[in-house]
Amino acid sequence: MATAHTATHSASANDHHDDHEHHDNFITKYIFTTDHKMIGKQFLVTGIFWAIIGGLLSIIFRLQLGFPDMELYWLKPILGGWIDDAGKLDPNFYLALVTMHGTIMVFFVLTAGLSGTFSNFLIPLQIGARDMASGFMNMLSYWFFFLSGVVMFISLFIETGPASGGWVVYPPLSALEQAMPGSGLGMTMWLVAMTFFIASSLLGGINYITTVINLRTKGMSFSRLPLTIWAFFLTAVIGLLSFPVLFSAALLLVFDRSFGTSFYLSDIYIGGEALPNTGGSPVLYQHLFWFLGHPEVYIVLLPALGITSEIISVNSRKPIFGYKAMIISMLGITILSFIVWAHHMFVSGMNPFLGSIFMFLTLIIAIPSAVKVFNYLTTLWRGNLIFTPGMLFSIGLVSFFISGGLTGIFLGNSAIDIQLHDTYFVVAHFHLVMGSASFFGLMAGVYHWFPKMFGRMMDARLGYIHFWLTFIGVYMVFFPMHYIGIAGFPRRYYSWTNFEFSNMYTDLNMFVSVAAIITFGAQLIFLFNFFYSMYRGRVASLNPWRANTLEWTTPLHPKHGNWPGEIPTVYRWPYDYSKPGAADDFIPQTVPLSATPESNLPHEQELVKLEKAIIADEEDVLVANVSKES
Amino acid sequence: MEEKFAYIENAEQPIAMHPKKFALWLFIVTVVMIFASLTSAYIVRQSEGNWLEFDLPSIFYYTSGIIVLSSIFLHWAYISAKKDDLSSLRIGMVITSFLGLAFLIGQWYSWIALVDRDVFFVGNPAGSFLYVFTGLHALHLVSGVIFLIIVLISSFKYKVHSKNLDTMEMCVTYWHFLGGLWLYLFMFLLLNH
Ligand code: HEM
Ligand SMILES: [Cu+2]
Repeated sequence: MATAHTATHSASANDHHDDHEHHDNFITKYIFTTDHKMIGKQFLVTGIFWAIIGGLLSIIFRLQLGFPDMELYWLKPILGGWIDDAGKLDPNFYLALVTMHGTIMVFFVLTAGLSGTFSNFLIPLQIGARDMASGFMNMLSYWFFFLSGVVMFISLFIETGPASGGWVVYPPLSALEQAMPGSGLGMTMWLVAMTFFIASSLLGGINYITTVINLRTKGMSFSRLPLTIWAFFLTAVIGLLSFPVLFSAALLLVFDRSFGTSFYLSDIYIGGEALPNTGGSPVLYQHLFWFLGHPEVYIVLLPALGITSEIISVNSRKPIFGYKAMIISMLGITILSFIVWAHHMFVSGMNPFLGSIFMFLTLIIAIPSAVKVFNYLTTLWRGNLIFTPGMLFSIGLVSFFISGGLTGIFLGNSAIDIQLHDTYFVVAHFHLVMGSASFFGLMAGVYHWFPKMFGRMMDARLGYIHFWLTFIGVYMVFFPMHYIGIAGFPRRYYSWTNFEFSNMYTDLNMFVSVAAIITFGAQLIFLFNFFYSMYRGRVASLNPWRANTLEWTTPLHPKHGNWPGEIPTVYRWPYDYSKPGAADDFIPQTVPLSATPESNLPHEQELVKLEKAIIADEEDVLVANVSKES
Repeated sequence: MEEKFAYIENAEQPIAMHPKKFALWLFIVTVVMIFASLTSAYIVRQSEGNWLEFDLPSIFYYTSGIIVLSSIFLHWAYISAKKDDLSSLRIGMVITSFLGLAFLIGQWYSWIALVDRDVFFVGNPAGSFLYVFTGLHALHLVSGVIFLIIVLISSFKYKVHSKNLDTMEMCVTYWHFLGGLWLYLFMFLLLNH
């Protein structure tokens, strides 16, 4: 079907696609589809599902933290035995909640839900391709993700509870069944689920990279790629290099758990009895995990930054400031992200000298990050800002990236990190810079590309309410955590009240919990808007934001194959907004330079001659094609 | 103006490659990363001491020879396919497949040799790592042998010839890679055990 399709149209140059009728039935259209647009939507809807689950889990543990005396009998219908007879949350289940919240949010929502959605949806549309390089692999990628989700979901309901050792699943806690209930079957299922997830990410990533490199339309050179595509491309490269390492780490963990090897285990006594394992090293696991773990945070963030670049430029009606600098800083981040992992391990007993090296490398990452922030701000500066919901969420992202990035610089100093490691300060840092920023990128993307996905507009007014509630809510939730963290309160603790140094923070915690519940509630507005607009929204125009990129040259409801006729050619970069001399404040990428002599810059005027020669050439080919057909 | 923007399908990109071949290379990158991380883990762990010393099974020399031979025969088969010399192609493919299986059997004997030395999968990580390296490599090699057999079958169905080499080329790339990977692992073990 579709795979055969791609194969045939590369073979014949005169294969027109006007007759792009696929007689799809329900199953091939919505379920086992190979159309990148539908796969993108599948990732999005699945991601939203997981975001709700992950959010609900966090509400439960926030209830425990904010209202330690609350009686939770009313949760018994869903949580069953995890609420004890006194109406208290089981401490083991608290750990399971934190672990599952982290795993779900980092991997299922902000990796699969974000990269999966937008890389799939936008790469072929923005580079001018009919579909991904391999529609079949793409389909597999989604279904592996789905399978991974099924396993993870079932693990929530088993008797011993899901994995509970934190999203980083450090051994020996995660390696020994005796350590905690969650380290039994739950942990096994976590590992199985993550194996499927890794397979899914790799299949997706291989496809994204192949597509970007091989299937760009005529004229779409790398220096004309939208920054979204650059971001998705580099994200896929990071994933390709780091997920296999997670696989190695998990594989050795599986051997330790189920076969009795000692890769990570050594000299452990349980109940006075020594375990047979000797010679293992738990720090080894940390090295392997964080070699994925740190790049992973950029896998989560880069697509959001790419989306933001595009949206901010469109809605400022200005070219993105420093296009090349943006690309170079993303490249810098890509490379640097692989050599800073040990900043998560400053207090793991690692050689302190090594710590200083990693501290130095870590602080260098602040430079490309700052370049990006600077470029966002200068793009906004004196632009004709149009505050669409997508734009607001993009600006929100920039705000979180700044406020959360600053605390990264504190944490990157190994001396300060000794105090702050594993406290709520770290929680505040990464929820702002990774969690909220990427989530806002995701939201911005949904608001912005909804018209292309579903042919309808989302309601802007609900979007504004959603934005402001979420934006303020996020700061209310995470800002106070800095203070709690500086006071020294460790993360992943079940209760605050029994410690002298932290029981005075009860009010602050209550405040945070209430803010979290309100923020979560605000997402219901989005959910309503999303599903309602899908069917009832105002029908969108072809290019509602008046943007330059190729996806807006497709029909309102592009079929499998995207363009009914031939794929358009690209003649310019995607950021010709408000070009002096031009009639309109935007010039789509498909408009040749020769058609806009009034706004061409001197060096572009030079290119016009070249372009005319090429167009003449093409005309010959086209004429030849047409005569061959008739 | 509109019609003028149209262009021929799938314009050649300056650095474009056959997408499936390209995807294969990317897959190879992921395999490289797995083994790179495992061998780095080996070094990190080894530097911490408490490391069992033992001699590597000498059968590794033979299996290394076998894998090199298999690559040579595969290359011969490939050149024959290019020249449309179908009988040499088939002979080459058959020999390569058998050598691939022989390699796997040899690796199995290396495990037996390890057990004879009292080096077990469960025990000091020095031994466990060895089992993981050889086992994981053998697993990939099984996939390589399956690929060889697929090409072998299509060579008997006249589907591999100078005009239809893509699948075979991918198979050749993958097989050479797996051979190279083994040589790397063997060298690594010789230098670091
Ligand atoms: C200026 C750049 C940044 C620096 C210097 C920095 C530094 C650090 C350091 C040193 C830690 C470890 C804290 C500890 O556990 O004691 C940390 C944690 C973390 N950072 Fe950053 N960071 C930066 C930006 C980012 C970005 C952009 C993201 C994500 C998009 C991110 C996500 C995280 C996450 C998820 C953790 C916590 C992981 C965990 O322990 O569960 N950071 N950061
Ligand atoms: Cu990090």
